[in-house]
Amino acid sequence: MMRWAQRSVLAALVLSATASSAQIPQSELRSGYADLGRDTKAMQDEDTTNPGMLWALDGEALWKAKAGNAERSCADCHGDAKQSMKGVSARYPAFEGVLGRPVNLDQRINLCRAQQQQARPFNYESKELLALSTYIGLQSRGEKLNPPSDPRMQPSLNAGKELFSRRIGQLNLSCAQCHDDNWGKKLAGNNVPQGHPNGYPLYRLEWQSLGSLQRRLRNCMIGMRAEPYEYGSTEYVDLEVYLTSRARGLPVETPAVRP
Amino acid sequence: MARALINVPAQAKRGEIIAIKTLISHTMETGFRHTSIGATIPRDIITTFTCTYNGEEVFRAELFPALAANPFITFTTIATGSGTLVFNWTGDNGFTATESSTITVE
Repeated sequence: MMRWAQRSVLAALVLSATASSAQIPQSELRSGYADLGRDTKAMQDEDTTNPGMLWALDGEALWKAKAGNAERSCADCHGDAKQSMKGVSARYPAFEGVLGRPVNLDQRINLCRAQQQQARPFNYESKELLALSTYIGLQSRGEKLNPPSDPRMQPSLNAGKELFSRRIGQLNLSCAQCHDDNWGKKLAGNNVPQGHPNGYPLYRLEWQSLGSLQRRLRNCMIGMRAEPYEYGSTEYVDLEVYLTSRARGLPVETPAVRP
Repeated sequence: MARALINVPAQAKRGEIIAIKTLISHTMETGFRHTSIGATIPRDIITTFTCTYNGEEVFRAELFPALAANPFITFTTIATGSGTLVFNWTGDNGFTATESSTITVE
């Protein structure tokens, strides 16, 4: 017991000694892909072994399916996703004029559903929403993350940055303490990644399923013993805005595979 | 409907050993889990996978609750002739899925 307490104090000292919260320089950006084992890399690399592609196939069907009172499909307005959606997910979250705040890709899809298709929005983390966002994200695979330099998004970016470095939860940790200050080291047996959003939605072996960036953030918060935000909350979107700006230039890997 | 992804080489030489990869979407619910109110979530898994090559069975697998969701099965066979490989998955609650793939053997 005593020993454990001493060790925790030591760990806290080490953490506070290295706490600098400097943003990772562009030249050192490293996708989580680089830390994968050989098997997991092989799984992601080939479309017939990447389980995320199962969601992409569903998404392709949904893209073409008529929905809502408007009896319109995504394709009726946007045409072939391979052309019209190329590069789109690389620049989300983006500012939404009517709402007056940034929205992520999931929210954009649901806004389209509500306004253009006059259909019920999908629930967060539902199979349908994940399928569509995977299919749309797939069209940007290989494109570099290119968040908009929209001055109206600055408040959200600032808020996201503040959240990223704010200590939360019973462990009193911030995102930055792991992902800015200690990436490349080990947390128990696992690599601490830089925490980039370039592969989402991604297939996580631990989940045995595909999930969104918000699900991953929720995971991290539970790990820090903090209370997670609601799906779709402003806080998560602000964090997404900051994470995307922090990872600017990394290639989109959707659907990535992670352990 | 279950989605499946199949990887069979489009062409092969006669007598060559070819690798076949299959991936299917399925929850593979073990039957050992409970809901938050304690009710058992009933088992729902794929139990059998078979592959026939021009009508002849070349691979069969029995699946059990310990398998992860979206089972990925890969195996090898010998390219004996041009034709069709048919993949069939069957499971609980009348689950069945069939996919096929063609191969040209020179």
